[in-house]
Amino acid sequence: MKKSFVAAAVASLLSVGLAAPSFAETPPNMLVIANRIDDIKTFDPAESFEFAGADVSRNVYEKLVNFDPLNLDAGYRPQLAESWQISEDGKTITFTMAQGHVFASGNPVTAKDAEFSLRRAVQLNKTPSFILTQFGFTPENVEQTIVATDANTLVLTLDQPYALSFVLNCLTATIGGIVDMETAMANAADGDMGSDWLRTNTAGSGPYKVVAWKPSESVLMDLNPNYAGAKPAMERVIVQHIQESATQRLQLERGDIDVARNLSPEDVAGLADVDDVKIVDELRGRLMYFSANQKNKMLSDPKVFEALKLATDYEGMAGSFLKGQYTVHQAFLPLTFLGALEENPFSYDIAAAKAALAESSYPDCGPIKISVRDAQERLDIAQSLQNTWGQIGCEVELIVGTGAQTLDRYRAREHDIYLGAWGPDYPDPNTNAGTFAVNPDNSDEAGATGFLAWRNAWDIPEMSKKTLAAVVENDTDARREMYLDLQREHQKVSPFGMMFQQIEQNGMGASVENFVAGGATTAVSYWVITK
Amino acid sequence: MSTSQGLRDWLLSEEPTSRRQARFAAWYKGWLTLRSNTLAMLGLFVLAFLVLAAIFAPLLASHDPFAQELGQRLLAPGEDGHLFGTDSLGRDIYSRLLYGARISIYIVLLVVMVAPVVGLIVGTVAGYAGGWVDVLLMRVTDIFLAFPRLILALAFVAALGAGIENAVLAISLTAWPPYARIARAETLTIRNTDFIHGIKLQGAGPVRIVTRHIWPLCISSLVIRVTLDMAGIILTAAGLGFLGLGAQPPSPEWGAMISEGRKYILDYWWVATIPGIAIFAISLAFNLLGDGLRDVLDPKEDNA
Amino acid sequence: MAGTTHGEGRLRPPFPPWLTKTLTTLATVAATIIGLLFVTFMIGRVMPIDPVLAVIGERATQEQYDQTFRDLGLDQPLLMQFWIYVSDVLQGDLGKSIRTGQKVTTDIARVFPATLELASLGTLFGVVLGVPLGVVAAVRRGSWIDHLARFVGLIGYSMPIFWLGLVGLLVFYGILGWVAGPGRLGIFYQGVVEPITGLLLVDSALRGEWTVFRDAFSHIILPASLLGYYSLAYISRMTRSFMLEQLGSEYVTTARVKGLGEWQVVWGHAFRNIRIQLVTVIALAYANLLEGSVLTEIIFAWPGLGQYITTSLLANDMNSVLGGTIVIGTIFVAINIFSDLLYRFFDPRSK
Repeated sequence: MKKSFVAAAVASLLSVGLAAPSFAETPPNMLVIANRIDDIKTFDPAESFEFAGADVSRNVYEKLVNFDPLNLDAGYRPQLAESWQISEDGKTITFTMAQGHVFASGNPVTAKDAEFSLRRAVQLNKTPSFILTQFGFTPENVEQTIVATDANTLVLTLDQPYALSFVLNCLTATIGGIVDMETAMANAADGDMGSDWLRTNTAGSGPYKVVAWKPSESVLMDLNPNYAGAKPAMERVIVQHIQESATQRLQLERGDIDVARNLSPEDVAGLADVDDVKIVDELRGRLMYFSANQKNKMLSDPKVFEALKLATDYEGMAGSFLKGQYTVHQAFLPLTFLGALEENPFSYDIAAAKAALAESSYPDCGPIKISVRDAQERLDIAQSLQNTWGQIGCEVELIVGTGAQTLDRYRAREHDIYLGAWGPDYPDPNTNAGTFAVNPDNSDEAGATGFLAWRNAWDIPEMSKKTLAAVVENDTDARREMYLDLQREHQKVSPFGMMFQQIEQNGMGASVENFVAGGATTAVSYWVITK
Repeated sequence: MSTSQGLRDWLLSEEPTSRRQARFAAWYKGWLTLRSNTLAMLGLFVLAFLVLAAIFAPLLASHDPFAQELGQRLLAPGEDGHLFGTDSLGRDIYSRLLYGARISIYIVLLVVMVAPVVGLIVGTVAGYAGGWVDVLLMRVTDIFLAFPRLILALAFVAALGAGIENAVLAISLTAWPPYARIARAETLTIRNTDFIHGIKLQGAGPVRIVTRHIWPLCISSLVIRVTLDMAGIILTAAGLGFLGLGAQPPSPEWGAMISEGRKYILDYWWVATIPGIAIFAISLAFNLLGDGLRDVLDPKEDNA
Repeated sequence: MAGTTHGEGRLRPPFPPWLTKTLTTLATVAATIIGLLFVTFMIGRVMPIDPVLAVIGERATQEQYDQTFRDLGLDQPLLMQFWIYVSDVLQGDLGKSIRTGQKVTTDIARVFPATLELASLGTLFGVVLGVPLGVVAAVRRGSWIDHLARFVGLIGYSMPIFWLGLVGLLVFYGILGWVAGPGRLGIFYQGVVEPITGLLLVDSALRGEWTVFRDAFSHIILPASLLGYYSLAYISRMTRSFMLEQLGSEYVTTARVKGLGEWQVVWGHAFRNIRIQLVTVIALAYANLLEGSVLTEIIFAWPGLGQYITTSLLANDMNSVLGGTIVIGTIFVAINIFSDLLYRFFDPRSK
């Protein structure tokens, strides 16, 4: 017993000397990415609704219409559908399928697969299903409303006319991913339409397929041999879950990884002088805001809320701990979205804030609780708010909780101030307008938890109507104007203090080209990357 | 001078005239032994220093520990009058450290008021009552002992909500079982002594026997154990703070300070390192003192 | 720490046949584990975090919420939920994780080897260095080596492990580049070795993949040394005190008088006598590392059980937390009983 211990000790001591990492760079046809991917729960397009999940999905599943990663501004483009037509009454859209797309299994992509995938997303009724059901599809009527009339034609029947761009934008979301019907049904169990199997496996026609997934550890993707497009340069993509920014930076410096996706401002600055590493900035769709529960008497006083908005150090935060990663943005539509408002009417002005507070019914302010989740970035923002709001006499307490706890309180309308982030669900202005500026029924019983206006008990029958009018406007310029007006009004009267829009700073090897994280509208595209 | 000499004689008297004198004498002799232990005294000094720093924090601090100055963030130690530099929101680390000492002491005091007391009650009751009470109480103790401690504490804090009092409660809930075992073992040895039998014959009830006669005898072994555990308690509290489940921002709790600073460790090492050293110093001090106390109060080598 | 468990507190039936003893032990274990389950379960259920939200996320409608609420069985009375859970557990079903969407047993089978490997190597370091250090410290009581041992132990007991981990990572990975960074294996070695035992070092050695072995070793060495240091502190202190007891005993004096060499006295006699005690201490140290590696796993992004339980807990994924706790709790109980038995059967004094 003792002898073998000693032997082992000697062996291990000897090998300590040899323990240095052996590789200096990653293989040329392999892309290695460090990212936080512990939010992935499933790869099933009907259910997947997380950032990291969307990153996988976009590279695995093709959609009827999709974005070109090298020209995101062009908007949606034909992909599995080569063309589409809208009927006179604006309620029927007919897609003609493109030829030559093949699933990883070898099955060709047909309109039947599209019918299956969209019906299934509605029938399974998982969280993201609202993206489709908002057009009137229900589990009961999909047999009539989503129909493949032949192998090449798919017909969608909507409950009323909508702006075509609105419908097609929604189809570019993860839930629009077209699944291989045969493979999915071959693995179906208990009428789940393959949901359980698709949770960990993929059956798409996109450039890659998932080979292995270890939750909170890594996702490994290899080429889909049947992919219809040009063969991607990266034959294997590995995404490793690395929580810490500092670790990602060190790995990047050492050439252990090609791309680091969660670098802090300090680590970005630290990489500035490193050879062979570059930082690529990309504006994303995520917004940071605080909002006031209108059930709270004091906070529903518009002057009080105005004072809080004026006592927020936007530039100070964006110039220090958020440096380079958030830009000041005070409207509910992210920049690059149709109709995004660029005006930022509020700036840090303690004197003006004090004046506004003095005009309100609560000149002495009162205790305010900020609900915030335990992520460093948000804690920093919360502490800054605590500090500057304190300067106008508001005593602020931070209520820190896990994401679920904080959200729970928010949905139950139990917060004073909620500090949160919001990312668009699909690349149409309605994704944000429909939640920041719509409240279908302000009663507690309504439980309209999906609407941020409801969560803040902000009763806005008039504004809701205006917002809903914008989704049926087919004239793009008129639609843009409607959103601009809506945002200007929102800035004045809403209990939302929009603060920042995210800029993603990805660090990567100098030779990595075409890394597109997806802008404000979509997710990452590995197939165009070279290095 | 003469009174202190008299006091000394009284304390060191070979034939104490009262029980109280005997007890004080024992304490005093213990103190003398402890004083000769350099390391233990070092620990005591560090702790005394810490308590003073905590008490006089408002006088010693160079800045308001909560005042943010975004233009002055992440300054190196010594820069612009910040002895230990500033953190990511431009707050003075030295001042935060001083105020953080208060939190550490607060935690220590709270845990000491809960865990050993619970353990003492459970252990002595189990030991004195025997029978099914003993079996039941010890089974519960076993369950808590079998639990992964940090995970149990995490679970409690998650259930009760993050915050310093809840963290203390969670730590106490996981810390009492060993005390219960010690108290029970002591009780078992005391229970059948002639001394207790004598008291029983005088008509004392079980409550009186346990509280008046058994508890005092358990105290010394508990004190050693508590002092030795103190470092562990501080480290657990810091660990909870590090995980974001202990003291909440903007509180300058040391574990939370490390957690905040860890993001910057590559370029601004001091933000996380300095509070780490502070935690190390205080737990080392408790360990040194605990070791010394054990030599004094419990000369036989401890087996745990 | 857990060292106080042996001997005291166990049930002592009035009559001593071994069968009764075994049965009592089994009953004790069962009661302990049921109790463990019950406590964790209750914590999970009173937790003010909504497990439903963890499943469906922020955007779900009330209707989807209600559906999931029923699917998770949360509409049942609490005791009923507990009963269902326990009967599932008895059939080896730990339920499904809402965070990873997989079976908890699958998840644990994946993460547990990582913890096992780390804790085993850590304990190995602790034993290899701690035992000799403790013996020498006892033999040369009061010498510089004794002080060194004591000093090393005190530092080990006083250092916040998460901080030491951070600093270690900064120095040995960040600055010196001697070891690999966080994680268990370099990214491009993922999936190279087909698992046999799940222990990477063992598997890669068995498969003859020496580059993978080296990479895995360079990842594990730092966290294992850290954990090893903590168990070294404990093991060396216990070894020292056991040895002192032996060295002070009569038969050692007799052996010395008989003119036996010092080496013979120390290793041949004194050390032989403390072997059983030492094994129990090592077992306890091992159990402590299995559960105590939570913070280390988090700092080193080690995909083990501790990290699994912690992240699950924060996401209110109670099935995973319960499953993980049962595994660790059972091991803990098993090791305690094992050391108890060992102690009873082999230690002459406890008879």
